[in-house]
Amino acid sequence: MLDLSLELRDLSCERDDRVLFAGLCAQFNSGDVVQIEGPNGSGKTTLLKVLTTISNDYRGEIYWDRKPFSQSKFEFLSQLLFLGHLPGIKKALSPVENLLWYQRISGEVSKDRIFSALTQVGLAGYEDVPCYQLSAGQHRRVALSRLYLDPSPVWILDEPFTAIDKKGVAALERLIAERAEKGGLVILTTHQDINSPSLKKVNLQDFNTVEAQS
Amino acid sequence: MSSKPQSVGETRAESPQAQSLSNVGLFSGFVAVFKRDLTLAYRNQGELFNPLTFFLIVITMVPLGITPDPEVLAELAPGMIWVVALLATLLSLDGLFRSDFEDGSLEQLLISPSPLYLLVLGKVAVHWLVTGLPLTLLAPLLGVMLFLPDSGYGPLVLSLFLGTASLSLIGSIGAALTVGLRKGGLLLSLIIMPLYSPILIFGASSVASAIDGFGYTSQIAVLGAFLSIALICAPFAAAGALRVSVNG
Repeated sequence: MLDLSLELRDLSCERDDRVLFAGLCAQFNSGDVVQIEGPNGSGKTTLLKVLTTISNDYRGEIYWDRKPFSQSKFEFLSQLLFLGHLPGIKKALSPVENLLWYQRISGEVSKDRIFSALTQVGLAGYEDVPCYQLSAGQHRRVALSRLYLDPSPVWILDEPFTAIDKKGVAALERLIAERAEKGGLVILTTHQDINSPSLKKVNLQDFNTVEAQS
Repeated sequence: MSSKPQSVGETRAESPQAQSLSNVGLFSGFVAVFKRDLTLAYRNQGELFNPLTFFLIVITMVPLGITPDPEVLAELAPGMIWVVALLATLLSLDGLFRSDFEDGSLEQLLISPSPLYLLVLGKVAVHWLVTGLPLTLLAPLLGVMLFLPDSGYGPLVLSLFLGTASLSLIGSIGAALTVGLRKGGLLLSLIIMPLYSPILIFGASSVASAIDGFGYTSQIAVLGAFLSIALICAPFAAAGALRVSVNG
């Protein structure tokens, strides 16, 4: 069983002299599905960027594996899969080429698994079509198929349900629940309700000092 | 990706996944980026020929605009070819990280366990292969159009070969700094131009002194030194600049 632990201590972020959230303390472990909530502009994406180390514009401390981030960053990154707001898919390349690239920068390469992952997200038959011919939802699905491919135990997903149809959402929810059962840690932002027994919610509005005062 | 050294007595309990994932070779990221960017460059051939066409057009215009007199043109040739090659490189720099930034793959590069230094180096290597190298190979042909004396061709190709590689490397810093800005083109030129001038000076003067019958090895050696320094330092600076740009 995996033993993952991500701890936030007194985390605060500001943007353009506006405090997004302050004093955020939380502890996430193996098996958790964490939903970051809050209205638009409350700092959900900013928090995810801080957690993925893309942004280091924060105050407070983050501990991974009970060690401060400055020491455990590399170990954290090698166990992380992040799907951002933008899908990170090259339009001139086909879905297979895009996924091959992600496999190459993160480790083992297996074309068979790419084909089966694309079938699972409903893109069978589109494997070698350049991505600029695909729709917005299909783009998103190419990015989501990385969830089937990557063995990383930690997933950080920014609005994964955008532009996905109902059936796709249900499949994705199942996938997230499965990952959590296997001992993974999933942190996501979404405005939808998720059904998961191990759901934890973090509402960023609770940590917005300005609104709490008024 | 330097993590602080662990204290010796500390036992590290790593999960099996962590171990299997950290087996990624040091250069696999470099190779992956290199291959992908080469494929992308091949698929966007229109952009590929932009700097080359610019180079060709400007050099063709020189005899028309200034004078067709062979002696004057021969005098102008080394500097002219170098200046235009530099501008052609500058023209292509803005796109170096732009498309990666816009589609989100830059974020993915930043959080990849591979060292960002090597990933940036991979991108710059492709940039040089599709702009600097073709410019270098085209230069002798344009030398003929400008009546470049025979003794100038060797140093011209050699100095452009080393110089354009430095131009791509140094330019990547500017491209990384301005990638987050909506209209970074002008700012990029302003940041990079002063850094380009030493390369221009030594590049053009190596050709000029070869034509005048003097040795040119010292200028080539200086260009080589520039390249080695740029090779070591520029990707670091560009990697740092990328983190700042994506952050904001």
